[in-house]
Amino acid sequence: MISSLFLRALLAGGCLALACGLLGVFLVLRRDAMISHGLSHVAFAGVALGLALNLMPVVFSVAVCLAGSIVILRLKEQARLPGDTAIALLSSAGLALAILLMSIKRDFGAELMSYLFGDILAIGPSEIYLAAGLAVAVLAAILLNLPRLMFMTFDREAASVAGIRLSRLDRLLVMLSAVTIVLGLRIVGLLLVTGLTVIPAASALQLARNFRQTLFLSCLFSLLSIMGGITLAYVLDLPASAAIIFLSLIIFSLGYMIRKRR
Amino acid sequence: MEEIVRVEGVSFAYDGLPALVDINLSIYRGDFLAIIGPNGSGKTTLLKIMVGLLKPRQGRVWLFQQPLETFNQWFRIGYIQQKATNFDPIFPISVAEVIAASLNSASRPAGAVRTPVRQKILEALQIVGLEQEADKPLNSLSGGQQQRVFIARALATDPEILLLDEPTTGVDYPSQENFYDLLGQLNKQKQLTIVLVTHDYGIVNRHVNRVACLNQKLVYHGEHSEFCQSDRFRQLLHGGHHLISHRH
Repeated sequence: MISSLFLRALLAGGCLALACGLLGVFLVLRRDAMISHGLSHVAFAGVALGLALNLMPVVFSVAVCLAGSIVILRLKEQARLPGDTAIALLSSAGLALAILLMSIKRDFGAELMSYLFGDILAIGPSEIYLAAGLAVAVLAAILLNLPRLMFMTFDREAASVAGIRLSRLDRLLVMLSAVTIVLGLRIVGLLLVTGLTVIPAASALQLARNFRQTLFLSCLFSLLSIMGGITLAYVLDLPASAAIIFLSLIIFSLGYMIRKRR
Repeated sequence: MEEIVRVEGVSFAYDGLPALVDINLSIYRGDFLAIIGPNGSGKTTLLKIMVGLLKPRQGRVWLFQQPLETFNQWFRIGYIQQKATNFDPIFPISVAEVIAASLNSASRPAGAVRTPVRQKILEALQIVGLEQEADKPLNSLSGGQQQRVFIARALATDPEILLLDEPTTGVDYPSQENFYDLLGQLNKQKQLTIVLVTHDYGIVNRHVNRVACLNQKLVYHGEHSEFCQSDRFRQLLHGGHHLISHRH
């Protein structure tokens, strides 16, 4: 008998997989892969704040993470910092804030720790539907801006002369990353969320010969990893986060070997 | 004659170091203008100011009689930057996708007939002789072919002016000649206005009809035929400036 919890997890996981698959391609090709890492720490601080204030941690975390994503962009643009330095600054700040809150208000430490490792099979129905809805919104925003995002990622200067507002698209991309990271935090946790956005895209780059194939393969690999990982976790009673990331790493290894043999 | 670009009193500096000083220049429909000058003379800076990539410290630019600050008809402009072929080699993109990205992103003139994207792509590639390569990965093409793809991308939106910044850097000499022949044809047959930044005047001088010689200030701006008779040209030819190719 398949439980409704498992089916709901598959639904949310599938929506998030598509969002991660598309978004990851842009992050990897823009050399922004580590932004997921930085934003996950900010999202963790958001969860800690939400728990400390007795507010819905996921909603609060989305708000904090969106604010953090804008700070990263501002630091890159105005503080003359390389992107990875801006990300390191903010991720340290996020983690420091979470630790501080945990030491002040000691009663939510165990719940906060669950966000380090994530587990989609332990989430309630309302949160699952919220996650699915947000993932669909991210997906729609990417698809609506797909040609402009592709042009900007490939050739910023020519895209700018074509009248594309780069700063607006940069902001959109980093904000979509923020939302996706918060959702990913619940599924695979802070420690593995970067893999969720980066590994399927990296795997697609091993095999794809054009951009359309890259997007398709990245979504496919992301779906296989997340849906397969959730199923394995449910059937074999494994941690879902580890199962998802291991599956995606196996797909990457296969892709890498196929590319080497070509 | 219709004025397509007007540069009026433009000055620019990088961290306080002047790059351009009080440049005044007009470009008219059908011109093939070469902007020449030694390294560091401000050629690329001027081109970037013309297309809005850099803001001048002083002065103004008009495109199609509209101030650059309010100009929004970017489909009328084709631009190929310096080292366009130095794209990320891991970027998985086909020739057709390079052009499609531009076509699908560009604004369109009001009331324009919407031609299917694939047809526009093939038409643009046909102009540069690469219609057979449409579905090949861009990084599988030679440097000269890649350069033609970027021309096709610039032409796909039916621009009225094409601005190119040293477009043949890193391309072999025969491909360079073919490339400039193609620009000459586009200028003559399609009345396409062309602005070309180059440090190798020798290879383009049989195609251009106007010359702007820059060395932070505008040293010369006028007809190509007059420029060839001028003292400035003789100085360039004999003065060791790396402006004149000696391969002809």
